[in-house]
Amino acid sequence: MLIPAASVAPVTAAPPAPGFPDADSETWVAALGGAAGPARDAAVARLHALLLRAARFELRRRGTRVDVDDLATQAADDALLAILAKLHTYRGQSRFTTWAYKFALLEAAVKARRRAWQGREVALDDDGWALVAERGHGPGADAETAELLRAVQHAIATVLTPHQRAVLVALTLRGVPIDVLAERLGTTRGALYKTLHDARRKLRAHLALQGLHPVEGDTL
Amino acid sequence: MNDETRDRLARVLGPAGPEVSCETCFEMLDSYVELERVGADAEAAVPGMRAHLVGCPACAEDHEALHALLEVEG
Repeated sequence: MLIPAASVAPVTAAPPAPGFPDADSETWVAALGGAAGPARDAAVARLHALLLRAARFELRRRGTRVDVDDLATQAADDALLAILAKLHTYRGQSRFTTWAYKFALLEAAVKARRRAWQGREVALDDDGWALVAERGHGPGADAETAELLRAVQHAIATVLTPHQRAVLVALTLRGVPIDVLAERLGTTRGALYKTLHDARRKLRAHLALQGLHPVEGDTL
Repeated sequence: MNDETRDRLARVLGPAGPEVSCETCFEMLDSYVELERVGADAEAAVPGMRAHLVGCPACAEDHEALHALLEVEG
């Protein structure tokens, strides 16, 4: 069975949700995009308070216990800057507060992941591909699974570039969060995911050429 | 194949179908989540979003977090 290779899909613009943008969203955009003065300052302060609440929510939800106030403030500050810089890109396809919340949640999550990995070594070896079969390749594994695992291991070792292999191993086998790896490598989540995506596509294509399919009938 | 092996292979090989990038995921996340909340076909509005959320744990956490926040903030 051929496995369809993953690819980036063309994205069509989402239709606005019914009833949006609402009056409150319009008020937010008008106030934040208005001329400098007390009205704009008040809107910025109100937005910062909203972002701070969202960042604290996310840190609590993730079980972050250390430096919560500091991380939440940093997240809210960074989210506010990003929102003000990108205000012109808000297209009214969701409520303004929903659009703004995602910036605060992203910043809080990234900061929490990086704080959790602070001081921890990130292994960037490209030979961790053996982890694919660890514990799954023992006496209990059936012959078909063992063959598949060997093929995946072999593909990782031979088909990928050293950089693709190191990124794939770190993200998918060693459990390094993508934002942590991006920080260590001086790159972005998007760039690293593109590398991972290309590596996965190569592996799937290689397995397909051998007539192997990972798992029938699921999303693999 | 046991669940652990299956999960490991899923992490390594990622989703089979086309998927959006992390940048597009973030750009469309707010409208996607609001469509999901009203029961609309969010995947039809953003083809490839579901696959990306399967393949990218960090973006999946952002998606989950926005749902959770909107549950309490409205």
